[in-house]
Amino acid sequence: MKLSYLAFKNMVSKPLNLALSLMLLWLSISLVTFVFQLSEQLSGQLDKNIAPFDMVVGAKGSPLQLVLSSVLHIDVPTGNIPLSEAKKLQKHPFVKIAIPVSYGDNHKGFRILGTELGYLEQYNAELASGTLFQKSFEVVVGSSVAERLGMKLGDTFVGAHGLAEAGGELHEDRPYTVTGILQPTGTVIDQLLISNLESVWEAHEHGEEGTNDDAQKNSEHEHDDQGDHDHDDHDHDDESHEGHQHEETEHDHDAHDEEHDHNEDKEITSLLVKFKSPLGMVQLPRFINENTEMQAALPGYEVQRLTKLLGSGVQTINGIAFAILLVSALSIFISLLKTIRERRQELALLRTYGLSTRQLLGLALREGLFLALIGFVLGWILGRLGVLGVSQYLKKVYGYGLELRGPDIFEFYLLGLTLILTFIAALLASSSIFKLNVAKTLSDA
Amino acid sequence: MIIGPSGVGKTTLLHLLSGLLPPSQGAIHVGETALTALTRKELDMFRGAHMGIVFQQYHFIKSLTVSENMKLRQSYPQNADDKQRRNLLSERLGLADCSSKKVTELSQGQKQRLSIALGLIHKPQIVFADEPTSNLDDENCDRVVQLLKDEAEICKSSLVIITHDQRVKSHFQNQVVL
Repeated sequence: MKLSYLAFKNMVSKPLNLALSLMLLWLSISLVTFVFQLSEQLSGQLDKNIAPFDMVVGAKGSPLQLVLSSVLHIDVPTGNIPLSEAKKLQKHPFVKIAIPVSYGDNHKGFRILGTELGYLEQYNAELASGTLFQKSFEVVVGSSVAERLGMKLGDTFVGAHGLAEAGGELHEDRPYTVTGILQPTGTVIDQLLISNLESVWEAHEHGEEGTNDDAQKNSEHEHDDQGDHDHDDHDHDDESHEGHQHEETEHDHDAHDEEHDHNEDKEITSLLVKFKSPLGMVQLPRFINENTEMQAALPGYEVQRLTKLLGSGVQTINGIAFAILLVSALSIFISLLKTIRERRQELALLRTYGLSTRQLLGLALREGLFLALIGFVLGWILGRLGVLGVSQYLKKVYGYGLELRGPDIFEFYLLGLTLILTFIAALLASSSIFKLNVAKTLSDA
Repeated sequence: MIIGPSGVGKTTLLHLLSGLLPPSQGAIHVGETALTALTRKELDMFRGAHMGIVFQQYHFIKSLTVSENMKLRQSYPQNADDKQRRNLLSERLGLADCSSKKVTELSQGQKQRLSIALGLIHKPQIVFADEPTSNLDDENCDRVVQLLKDEAEICKSSLVIITHDQRVKSHFQNQVVL
């Protein structure tokens, strides 16, 4: 019979003691692993989603709100900005890519985003089936949306005004048609219904001003003040213009001017920018914030600020969890001490069987380490169940889920720490084994 | 058989003979082996391998079953696992029906017999039995002593009984130390 088996049998022979010691260990391990997974995955998700863009330009307001709404799509926008202003920025020498985004509608709680195809490229989104949107009211659907709503190619739906799931006025006469379904990317794209900018504009034009949100109204109201934005922009505005044949009729030009004027009135929610060099990140946001009616926010900085704020909470919870871990080590110590005192005669009997002091010590240590291992595994499982619960909640409320990951290297370190603490506790509790008087113990029974 | 009134040091003598207590002077030999010359570890090994002790009080590992207690005794120090021997001894001592019971669930008689089984299961050279009949009535006293004698004979073990019980004397006519 192996000593490990005997240690295990000894451990389970007192279920109440076992449960008490396990519960404390269980609680601390589940807390630490849960908080670790949560903070790691949230920060990983945030980093992944902000990675394609260095700067967001939107209406004045909270920069964090701008990032949360326009990059992560978990907040309401700060307002709108004129498309003409955005187009100016698109031509800026520091700017490598600038993608306008516009939104204000949803379908069953999932945002309908008007943007350009370049947006999908930035997230390396690929089609699982169908084609990308070619014209207005054609839409490609993120993988999570397709899965949750059971959408397939050719399906049609109408957008509801606003970003909340319930209560928005429906744009009944402007139905969207699903032309493509995207593969999962693990980014915000999975939660979106993506069409071109014109779809968003037309949906709101048709519904008329009355359906626009307050932010849009405000922007439109201010539009006159920002009126001097025509021809300079127009000259650079459409590169295809350069390729126009000379034979083009005046009528063509007029039509183009008309379209241009029309576009001048357009607004977008924000412009997502990637710089050519880090220099842009230093100069352009300050320029925009000081010299325009728009605001520039840096997603990297804002997310760092957010995680810093969350970080202090995480540290506090981790502190509490480690304190519980120490208490659980103390509980294991007390439990083993009690067990060893109660089993003095059994230990003495084992000495008469030929077991050495070292083997008896090994027996007590095994018991402690089994306790630690079982407590750790149960705590780890509980922590993951917590992640699963939070993931369900986040998916329901924000559309973001968390992964159920395997053990992380940090958790192996935590296991090591738990085993070391338990080893010390078991060693201290077992010190009386060295002083065991076998003859006296067996006679005193 | 070593017989004498309570308090004269019979159990102390047993502890000395089994190496559980070191003598303050002199030497103890068991066969060719000088117990007093062995290291602590060697003494533990020697005792485990060559001696069986039937204690006055019943000492078992409470978390294990009857069969597991016997298996454990076989496992140390030689790491043996002779199931046939366990079954045979269980049969002879009337423990076969309760082999899967926890020791805490045994009757006094069963505990007594298990105690004897644990002293003999590993076929020791010497079996020490400390007051094996002190709590038994006449009938059971005779049964237990006969059991010890028979098992020791089967195992070819020397049997040393330490007792103050005069009833035991009749079983050992020519081998009594007063």
